[in-house]
Formats: sequence, C-alpha cells, structure tokens
Amino acid sequence: MTARTAVIGAGRAGIAGRLSDIFWRNPRIMLALLLAPPLLWLGVIYLGSLFALLIQSFFSIDEFSGLINHEPTLKTYRELLVPANLDIIIRTVSMAAMVTVGAAIVAFPIAYYAARYATGRWKALFYLGIMLPLWSSYLVKVYAWKLILAKEGIFNWLIGKLHLTWLLEAYLQMPLIGGNSLSVSYTGTFLVFLYVWLPFMILPVQAALERVPGTLIEASYDLGASPRQTLRNVILPLALPGIIAGSIFTFSLTLGDYIIPQIIGSSRLFIGQAVYAHQGTAGNIPLAAAFTVVPVVIMGFYLWTAKRMGAFDAL
Amino acid sequence: MRSDRQHRAPLGLKIAAAAGLLFLHLPILLIFVYAFTTEDKSYQWPPPGYTMKWLGITWQRPDVWESLGLSVRVAAISTAIAVVLGTLCAAAVSRWKFFGRETISLLVILPIALPGIITGIALRSAFNLADIPFSTWTIVLGHATFCIVVVYNNAVARFRRTSASLIEASMDLGADGFQTFRYIVLPNLATALLAGGMLAFALSFDEVIVTTFTAGQQATLPIWMLEELVRPRQRPVTNVVAMVVVLVTFLPILAAYYLTRDGDQIGGHGK
Repeated sequence: MTARTAVIGAGRAGIAGRLSDIFWRNPRIMLALLLAPPLLWLGVIYLGSLFALLIQSFFSIDEFSGLINHEPTLKTYRELLVPANLDIIIRTVSMAAMVTVGAAIVAFPIAYYAARYATGRWKALFYLGIMLPLWSSYLVKVYAWKLILAKEGIFNWLIGKLHLTWLLEAYLQMPLIGGNSLSVSYTGTFLVFLYVWLPFMILPVQAALERVPGTLIEASYDLGASPRQTLRNVILPLALPGIIAGSIFTFSLTLGDYIIPQIIGSSRLFIGQAVYAHQGTAGNIPLAAAFTVVPVVIMGFYLWTAKRMGAFDAL
Repeated sequence: MRSDRQHRAPLGLKIAAAAGLLFLHLPILLIFVYAFTTEDKSYQWPPPGYTMKWLGITWQRPDVWESLGLSVRVAAISTAIAVVLGTLCAAAVSRWKFFGRETISLLVILPIALPGIITGIALRSAFNLADIPFSTWTIVLGHATFCIVVVYNNAVARFRRTSASLIEASMDLGADGFQTFRYIVLPNLATALLAGGMLAFALSFDEVIVTTFTAGQQATLPIWMLEELVRPRQRPVTNVVAMVVVLVTFLPILAAYYLTRDGDQIGGHGK
C-alpha cells in the first residue's frame, strides 16, 4: 500500500521531470505554450499586415500633391465605381466565372474515371497524374503556354498542318474573345487560367464522386433510368458539393492573379494587375488596398453560399 | 460494392479523361523539348535541330546560380520555421478541444485561401509602415506564413491516427514529457513532417506572387523567370532553367507521395 502511494505521489526528478509534471497537471499551460509561437507569428505578422492594409483603404490620396491623406474617408471606395475601375472588376469576375465553368466541364470526366473505374496501379497513376501538374512550377506552366501560343509555336503549326488556319482566323475576328493572335486575346488568357487551375477542380470533384455509393447507381439503372438520366439525376447532384469546393479555388485564384493576364492576354487590366500598378509606380496605396478588398468581399459571399450548400464536407 | 467497376468504362468517358490528362501533361513535356532546341531567337516549332550546348551555357551563368542559391536558402529557412510552427499548432489542435479551435484552423489556412496578391501587398505595406528594409528575411517572412498550412495539414492527419493511449502508456512507464516526445511522438510524426516539409519547400521554391512584393532588389529563381517571361532576352537559358525547375519540384512531390500514401493524404488541397 505504502509503496503504491509512494509511486503515485513521487514527482519526477530533475528540471525536465518537474516541468513535465507541471505540464501534465496543467494542460492549459502546455496548450498556451504550444499555441503561442504559431499564433504570434500568424496573428502579428499576417493579421497585423492585413489589418494595416484594410485601414489604408480608408485613406485617400491627394490628387495634386500625390501625398496620402490620413483622414478616414470612403472616397477611395467611390473611386472603385468609376467606369474604368468597374470595368476591371466586371472583367475579372466574368473571367473567373468562365474559368470555373470550363474547369468543371474538363475536370468532371477525369475525376469520374479516376473515382469509379481506375483501380490499383491506374488509380495511383491518375493520382500522380493530377498531383504532378498541380505542384509543378506555376511560372513554368505559364511559360509552356507562351511557347505553345507563340506565333511560330506548336499551336499555329498544328493548325497549319490541319489546314484549319481559316477557322482560327474566323474565330479571332470575333469581337471580345478574338484579337490579333491567341496569345493577346481573352481566349488565350482563359486557356492558361484553365490549365493552371484545373487540378484544383479535379481533386475535390474526385473526392465527392468517391463517396457516391455504387448501389445508388445500380438502383437507378434497375429502376429503368438511362445512363444519361442517371448522370443527370443521381451522380451530378451528389457531385455538386465537390464542384463547388473546386470552384472556390478556381474562382479565388483567378480573381487574385496578375501574372497570367500580363503575360498572355490583351493589355486590358485585371484586378490583380490594377492592384500591382496602383501600389507600384502610381504609389496610390489607398486605391490598391481598396481594390484588394473587392476579391475578399466576393470570396466572402462565395464561401458563405458554398458553406450553405455543404461544399466544405467535400474539401 | 461498386458494381460498375466490373463493367468497362464508356468509350466517350475514356476519351474525355485521356484528353484531359494529355491537356495537363503535354505542355510540361514541351518544355523538355525546347530545352534542347538549336533555335535561340524565337519559339519556333518544330525545333530546327537539337543540341546539348545550352545545358553547359546555363551551368556557367552566375545570375542563375545566384537566384537558385537565394531560392534554396529562402525555401530552407521558411520550411524550418513552418515545420516548427505547423507542428506546434497541429499538436494543440488535435490533442485538446478548446474555445477558438475552429478559428485557429481558419487562421492557418487563410494565407493560401486569400489570393496571394493580398498577402503580398499587405506585407509590403506593413514593411513600409514599419520601415523594415527588404532583404532575404522579408522574403522568408512571407513564405513561412503560407508554408505553415501544408505542414499543419500533414501533422494533423498523423496526430489523428496516433492514439493518445500511446502517450499515456509512455508516461505511465516513467518517461517524462520530453522523453515521450523524443521517443514516442517524434518517431510517429517523422514521415508526416518530412512529407509536409518537402511540400512546404516545393511551395516556397516556386512562389512568385508574394515574392514580387517582399523581395526588393534580390531575385529568387521564380522572379528571375518572371523577368524572362515579361522581357525574353535569353530564351535558351530560360528553357533549360524551366526544365530544371520541373525536375526539381517533381522529386519532392514523388517522395512526399510515397511517404504518406498509406492512409493520410498529401496536403495538396489548396496549394
């Protein structure tokens, strides 16, 4: 009896032992010690900077001296509604929407095959086949498209070999989506965005499709549905949360990108480019800050809607 | 279970899936061809001839080596910081339930959930306000912030699979908290941390958007490439650098895949 109490009662020896006892008895101290470094880092460096940026969006710039006026005002936000700036916002949001729809259409068959038909080694191959492009260098991917869409590049060569130059020219004649060549048109920008963000759509769609029970599809066939009806009424609704989860990435990443439209696209600005231009040479930090609030607000709404539709379960 | 696995996939689906995968991979393969072209003034296809000489020329370029050195340095330091902070955070979140736990997960994910340009401009204006001169350390500050999440994701997944009774058993057998950490927790966690660390390294090594705002005069390898993309001056060297970057990022991804494939997922969601 006495031996037992002695064992339980005895503290551990040494500084390390005593510290370890203190932590064991007071998990709160341990928790605080664990959380303090990451919270300090993220809270001070990251949230602090974000907050500072937000505050600056309520300052304004003096048009004559170019100096920043530190009185809080909504003037900078009104400037966002100037037609030129509103154009930028509409252009970026519509591009993000197009890219999202395009990515969903291209991603679905890949995700469907990987989730329902690929087994064993093929499954691993599909997984790596999606992971490697996802993680390979963003700039290299953009560079590859610069090579493809160059005037003397592989795309025009292929079109020439197939004797389809007339078709490409007719396409480029079209307003808005056309241009002098693909590399300076919205179509080019769209293709590169689609390419770069596609893996972000495939992964969550695949995760959602993996969870569709096979018996459900069998039941649908047993009840006389055609493959098309099964796809429309059974599989697509169940895959929707995955598509929405993927669209969060494609939409958000397109909204904030400023490098792709700068390298492949017309000279008309996207939100990211506007932010970059205003903070850089123009030195108009308040307007740049106000511009960054736009994607944050849009994504806030988007996430809120997505959460209501249950998209986060598919992440 | 999945009865349609026994059936063959419809032809249309096969073609669409194969076309999608080709669309993902052909552009990257193209880089490998261009690295050996003899043409140096344009992006001519098909290449008029093939040569190995650009490999040697790139090898002798001091600016490429300098950028590569800076990128490796930044990625190594950022990864080290991210591994420490991410593990601490993961340990806290997975061992205890406490008020604000969900908020912490959100806070960790936020730097990659928000567009990079926001993180970049926020940090830049903060550095300006605080009068911090741009240096390697300002780049590291940005990179470590968004690298935490990949380590965190991997560590949380592993902590969930490690049962708490192992730790209790170790303490019951007389080990103190530090010994338990050293001999029980760390070996269990090691491969997850290694995988998370490699992904963090790859993420930092490739980052360009935040870096353009936090770098000042220094050029990491992605910044060097961006300058070449905007104003092409030395196409053959850029082609070779692009190929090397693809190879260098593929290796950690493959390694991370093999380290974590039984059970938990690579934190590839939301790069």
